[in-house]
Amino acid sequence: MTLVWLILIPFIGGLLCWQAERFGDQAPRWIALATMLLELAMVLALWAGTDFSLPATGAENAWALEWQADWIPRFGIQVHLALDGLSLIMIALTGLLGAMAVICSWREIVRRVGFFHLNLLWILGGVVGVFLAIDLFLFFLFWEMMLVPMYFLIALWGHSGSKGSSRIGAATKFFIYTQASGLLMLIAILGLVFVHHAATGEYTFAYADLLDTPLDETTAWWLMLGFFVAFAVKLPVVPLHGWLPDAHAQAPTAGSVDLAGILLKTAAYGMLRFALPLFPEASQAFAPVAMTLGLIGIFYGAILACGQQDLKRLIAYTSISHMGFVLIGIYAGTELALQGVVALMVAHAFSAAGLFILSGQLYERLHTRDMRQMGGLWGRIRGLPGFALCFVAASLGLPGTANFVGEFMVMFGTFGVAPWIVAIASLGLILAAIYSLFIMQRVYYGPPAEETSFGGLDRRETVLLFGIVALVVLFGVYPQPLLETSAGAMQIVQHTVERAGAMTGGAQ
Amino acid sequence: MSHSATLALLAISPLILVSLTVIVVMLSIAWRRNHTLSATLTAIGLNAALLALLFGWTLGPVDVTGLLVVDDLSRFGGVLVLMSTLACLTLAHHYLEGYDGPRDEFYLLLSSAAAGGLVLVSARHMATLFFGIELLSMPLFGMLAYTFRDRGALESGIKYMVLSAAATAFLLFGMALLYAVTGTLAFDELGAALATYGSDAWLLAGAGMLLVGLAFKLSIVPFHLWTPDVYQGGPGPATTFLATASKVAVFLVLLRLFQSALALHEGWWSDLLGFIALITMLVGNLLALTQNDLKRLLGYSSIAHFGYLLVALVVNDGLAVETVGVYLVTYVLTTLGAFGVVTLVSSPYIATGGTADASPLHHYRGLFWRRPYLTAVMTVSMLSLAGIPFTAGFIGKFYIVAVGVEAHRWWLVGGVVVGSAIGLYYYLRVMVTLFLHEPGMQRRDATHDWAERAGGMVVLGVATLVILLGLYPTPMIDWVHWVAGS
Repeated sequence: MTLVWLILIPFIGGLLCWQAERFGDQAPRWIALATMLLELAMVLALWAGTDFSLPATGAENAWALEWQADWIPRFGIQVHLALDGLSLIMIALTGLLGAMAVICSWREIVRRVGFFHLNLLWILGGVVGVFLAIDLFLFFLFWEMMLVPMYFLIALWGHSGSKGSSRIGAATKFFIYTQASGLLMLIAILGLVFVHHAATGEYTFAYADLLDTPLDETTAWWLMLGFFVAFAVKLPVVPLHGWLPDAHAQAPTAGSVDLAGILLKTAAYGMLRFALPLFPEASQAFAPVAMTLGLIGIFYGAILACGQQDLKRLIAYTSISHMGFVLIGIYAGTELALQGVVALMVAHAFSAAGLFILSGQLYERLHTRDMRQMGGLWGRIRGLPGFALCFVAASLGLPGTANFVGEFMVMFGTFGVAPWIVAIASLGLILAAIYSLFIMQRVYYGPPAEETSFGGLDRRETVLLFGIVALVVLFGVYPQPLLETSAGAMQIVQHTVERAGAMTGGAQ
Repeated sequence: MSHSATLALLAISPLILVSLTVIVVMLSIAWRRNHTLSATLTAIGLNAALLALLFGWTLGPVDVTGLLVVDDLSRFGGVLVLMSTLACLTLAHHYLEGYDGPRDEFYLLLSSAAAGGLVLVSARHMATLFFGIELLSMPLFGMLAYTFRDRGALESGIKYMVLSAAATAFLLFGMALLYAVTGTLAFDELGAALATYGSDAWLLAGAGMLLVGLAFKLSIVPFHLWTPDVYQGGPGPATTFLATASKVAVFLVLLRLFQSALALHEGWWSDLLGFIALITMLVGNLLALTQNDLKRLLGYSSIAHFGYLLVALVVNDGLAVETVGVYLVTYVLTTLGAFGVVTLVSSPYIATGGTADASPLHHYRGLFWRRPYLTAVMTVSMLSLAGIPFTAGFIGKFYIVAVGVEAHRWWLVGGVVVGSAIGLYYYLRVMVTLFLHEPGMQRRDATHDWAERAGGMVVLGVATLVILLGLYPTPMIDWVHWVAGS
């Protein structure tokens, strides 16, 4: 039941926030914070109480916790939730970033506070559902469901951006991109289910059963593409990234934090959990294409980031660049690279969240995100630029930060499989340094536009930012707990990839 | 009376009860005009018919002469028709309170049309098909033009009448051709004859004309041109009936035709139908994109939805019947929710001389901040129409995609995906309009006590059902599976 509660708590908390609005604006905020902290506490308790470092026996999924109940027996659909090291890390991240999102919108959101927190918490509930569901129908449901509150978050509390791009337009774009690609995944899921039905005569959406569906090469290829496109839109992979900069630029800070910190990670999670294990051979064959796309993403994101004037758009493009590394790591398929992907996801969640929170705080003070109107802020805001330096350093992958660990492991793990990809990707790190320094240079150094100084960070903001910096450094110096937790899950993925490689290798 | 005759009478007792209701209400109007009394009598009659229908389920399939068959499918259709008629009735009662002309006759028309729907879902002979369609459509002319001093309503009624006349002409011509070739009008005999005659040109022409006639009623592209105008102009309750009960009944008779008579398993035939389905979903969705009028938008959206439904008919195998059933249930519930909100916001009727209802989208701007629960209903309906998970609409879309994937109709599945993606744009636009905080230009609001009125309760109940069936669709699926299986 713990797993069910993990999903239900944010939903119930959201409803409470909505109703608590009648007691004033503060009540929903405290309730939302309490909800997310409770969620986080539950996950941490689970983490402490379970040993995830046990290597999985063979290729069987060893779930630490499992819960199932019949739902739609007609199609063999179950409410089937399961937790392993990977999902645990992701849910812990969700709880943490959820709490941060609540804290960082404490001052920013002043209109319809209750309804805002309803949407915020429901996004998080949907995300937790995505990380726990191992019935493909249920997974799809949560995958699509979390879009609706995100849509409202951007459309109703977003900033109307520069140059005629409206927040409703951005929200609609986000929704249509992800929904339409999600339907492709639904088709792929149904295709898989019907193939399984043809082979065994029974309908099932259960992950474990569908894993051994006999697929011929063409079918597997198409079905894999269906999954890949859905995940690629969310990650985002470059030709499908159109929604991301707009959504980030128009979203409120909490929305950006969730979007960059967690929603993008659901895509990587989906690839690790579903796309690779369900279609190992097809994925293996597709890996060069995927890695090339990742490479394109790294450079495209970084180059476009250098040319942005809008601070949040810049950070959005850096996300695309970072996710390129994630994609390369996932399709490299070695254990080291996969572990690196986990580390990089966590690290990016922190650094991107930190940067977005900072830009939100800048916006509260300067009422603009246009970097041309900034400059020389180092002396004008107490405290904030120092934190900015930390996050920028993390974002460029400075040793000692978690990002370095992640990128290094991805590169190191991939080198044996695809040395040229790594060689080119490492050039991307130079671009990362360039755009990171651009941020510092344009925003904080240079001649100040005015001499007036702004209010410094208050205690809430300082604690929030300091917490993130501490985590970035902690996992940068000592990533072992993270890696131990995800080891079991990643080994399983690696085994599948290895076996697929052996089989296709043997066939040739 | 012989046993079989009693059985037959029992089986069609819902139809008899609805017809009796018409007579009783007519007499009561002749005796004394009382709006609430007429509405109550109609409600009692319709509920009695519904009960008779549900109890009749124990009788099993019954042939009533050669003309009607009362089986699970027709009872399923009957339940949908009667339920949506009842919903329209409750909505109409509130709506018509503001109308200063004669109000009671609306219920006469409504129950006559319901009787037509009941005939249609049981039809197994061209004669009853024709009879049912006419009995369904004729009262609808009156209902659509009921508030005839409004130009919009009058236009809507007349347009629907002209189109119906055209459809009827096609229908009759088609039947005549079929009869000329085969010498029979019963569905199953027609089916057998079609199998022997093969692709006789006259036969195909007849079948084609029959389909055109029905396609007019279902507003399938390219016979959809009337839909937006009629939807926009008609009074709320009448449009609701047109969008739900009438469409369900016609679609079910089409399904029955496909099952028994028109199962022409030639490649080009189903390719043609597939093409029609494809353009119907695309055209419906594309034309809805630029609409600023909620009722027109819903009209176009209903075109698109029947495009999706046609996928099941094209496949006509495997999960098809179950898909039609599930989709119709979810469609009816969702449409009742959406039109229910429109009608409630437009209730009670206010004469304007133009279009009386609150149909322009800007009426609904910021509705959430004034009527949060009503907006929740509308939001749920929009999400369900868009097929978002955790609403009933998703289960319907799931079935459509499943049936397409199962039959490897990739073009149609692709069409559903593209159509849904386009559809999202305008459903989201409606949704976000409800939540914007800027005041609308011409505010029109539901009365404060909307939730305590029967119409309000129905709409709230429908929205709850949409959510519940989205969360736990098993009862609905089991029911429809059972209906489709027998």
